[in-house]
Amino acid sequence: MKEFDYIITDPEGIHARPAGLLVKEAGKFQSNIQIKKGDKAGDAKRIFAVMALAAKKGETISVTAEGEDEAEAIAAMEAFLKENL
Amino acid sequence: MEKFRGKGVFGGIAIGRISLYKRKEQKIKRYHIEDVQAETERFHAARDEAVRQLKNLFEKAVSEVGEANAMIFDIHQMMLTDLDYCESIENIIHTQQVNAEYAVGTTGDNFSQMFASMEDAYMKERAADVRDVSERLIGILSGSEDSALSSGEPVIIMADDLVPSETVQLDKNMVLGFVTVHGSANSHTAILARTMNIPAIINTDIALKPEYNGMTAILDGFEGTLVLEPDEETLRKAQEKQKNEIEKKQLLEQLKGQENITQDGRKIEVYANIGNLSDVGSVLKNDAGGIGLFRSEFLYLENSDYPTEEQQFSVYKTVAENMAGKKVIIRTLDIGADKQADYFQLPPEENPAMGFRAIRICLERQEIFKTQLRALFRASAFSRIAVMFPMITSVSEIKEIKKIVEQVKRELKAENLPFDEKLEMGIMIETPAAALVSDQLAKEVDFFSVGTNDLTQYTLAVDRQNPQLDRFYDAHHPAVLHMLKLVADNAHKNGIWAGICGELAADLELTEAFLAMGFDELSVSPPFVLRLRKKIRETNLDACRKTILEKIEKGERL
Repeated sequence: MKEFDYIITDPEGIHARPAGLLVKEAGKFQSNIQIKKGDKAGDAKRIFAVMALAAKKGETISVTAEGEDEAEAIAAMEAFLKENL
Repeated sequence: MEKFRGKGVFGGIAIGRISLYKRKEQKIKRYHIEDVQAETERFHAARDEAVRQLKNLFEKAVSEVGEANAMIFDIHQMMLTDLDYCESIENIIHTQQVNAEYAVGTTGDNFSQMFASMEDAYMKERAADVRDVSERLIGILSGSEDSALSSGEPVIIMADDLVPSETVQLDKNMVLGFVTVHGSANSHTAILARTMNIPAIINTDIALKPEYNGMTAILDGFEGTLVLEPDEETLRKAQEKQKNEIEKKQLLEQLKGQENITQDGRKIEVYANIGNLSDVGSVLKNDAGGIGLFRSEFLYLENSDYPTEEQQFSVYKTVAENMAGKKVIIRTLDIGADKQADYFQLPPEENPAMGFRAIRICLERQEIFKTQLRALFRASAFSRIAVMFPMITSVSEIKEIKKIVEQVKRELKAENLPFDEKLEMGIMIETPAAALVSDQLAKEVDFFSVGTNDLTQYTLAVDRQNPQLDRFYDAHHPAVLHMLKLVADNAHKNGIWAGICGELAADLELTEAFLAMGFDELSVSPPFVLRLRKKIRETNLDACRKTILEKIEKGERL
């Protein structure tokens, strides 16, 4: 399992549009990808779960990936977050 | 080919497919099913269809508004195919052995509830997206005919009648024209059609049948006719007429940037009436000198709860800023009568047009009024805003309003929030009482704007929502003209300006009369601005002023 933490810098947080892009990105991989914020966790491939986190600017989320392509998945997720959020 | 007649309320030719609009069923029926597998498959098929519709919408939106703005349709697709959402629906079908509509409805409620209960204001609003996709699914499942409204192709809307809250929600880019079975020339459908600049006929002698959905039709707003499944010859003629119309419009375009001045040099302001943020584009496109009536009701009608000060502030500020220094006259809340929002919980009335509405609600429920005033004053710090109050009948009401305004100003000052100290405050003259005491009213306010729709209805005691009375609703009636003259005279006597913002302002048969009476401003639906300018520029007031004033004096109909 691979894991990293990320602090949201986008002023609007994970709103609908980046949530949609994030789900698409996660969907490219076989691995099970989870996003956690505090005690809440959600499947990164499910839009409702991602939006339900309501992650805002300054909040820390942690991303885990588990599966055959977990290394690629975690690298892609990290790059995505830096680029978009 | 079949032909129907109605009453045209906005000229123009629309050629396109019919989309039957049916009010959404509030209640979803729950019924027991035996074959859960088949029901699940029915859900899957509906979901695929919904995704297909959304793909179309997405592609269309991309070409029109760009990919970033179109993204919402992409997100709707993801919501529809979200595993949690689908599993919930399938679970309900399986465990409760119920129909798919019910399962979608319940799941939609649960998921939208999840968003609605979130603290974040943005996320709260996503509840509407969940409801939207769920309703799309239910619409497809139950085969309801209104799904064509979101078919991604502009259509001619055919409906029994439309209520204001429905009309404000229609996607204006998807509407070629309106055909309604009921409605009167002064109903909201009619007013909306004029604002949107689209052909419409009302009171049509047609019985709505499901098979009309999707039929090709020609709607002629000039003649008040509707032709279904036209033959080639009819279609060709209609296309030619449509082409001529467009050319005529282009001629009007040449009037842009010209002054509103009569041949003998009398100038008048021509402003536009709007009912939503999205109308501002049309105001600018048609070269109006300002906004003479911004109906703030949509803020209340489109909301499921009272709009907050911030929400309102942002809308008022946006409109004023978009108008770039041109005057924007915002009318305070005019709800009640035919415009109802559930959360106001207004008790049903015997006679709503004369009932608890507009300023009467504001003076009784001052918190709502103060929220709006705070938003308006705050927005005035950024651009030229004027405020006007509807349904005034007496001086004492103005005094009461002024007290509340003073209170609001004191509060804003205490909070160090900037506003325009010289903000103009005016009133609508739409009751005979206000017209008759306009001399006294003029001493209290900065301007008058005559709302001719209500003034005519109250003066003639004719309910403007009742189509049977259209014949008796005569806005050219000498009594109405008398009041208009009186209002203009009293305004000028007291050194304030007077305008007209009702439908009558666009009546070109009366333009000369309004000029003769001395009105300073006419505010009309955006598509009428240039036509009115043309008429003003063709008028020679010297030649007709005396005759017109004599006719009004003698009580003749104009």
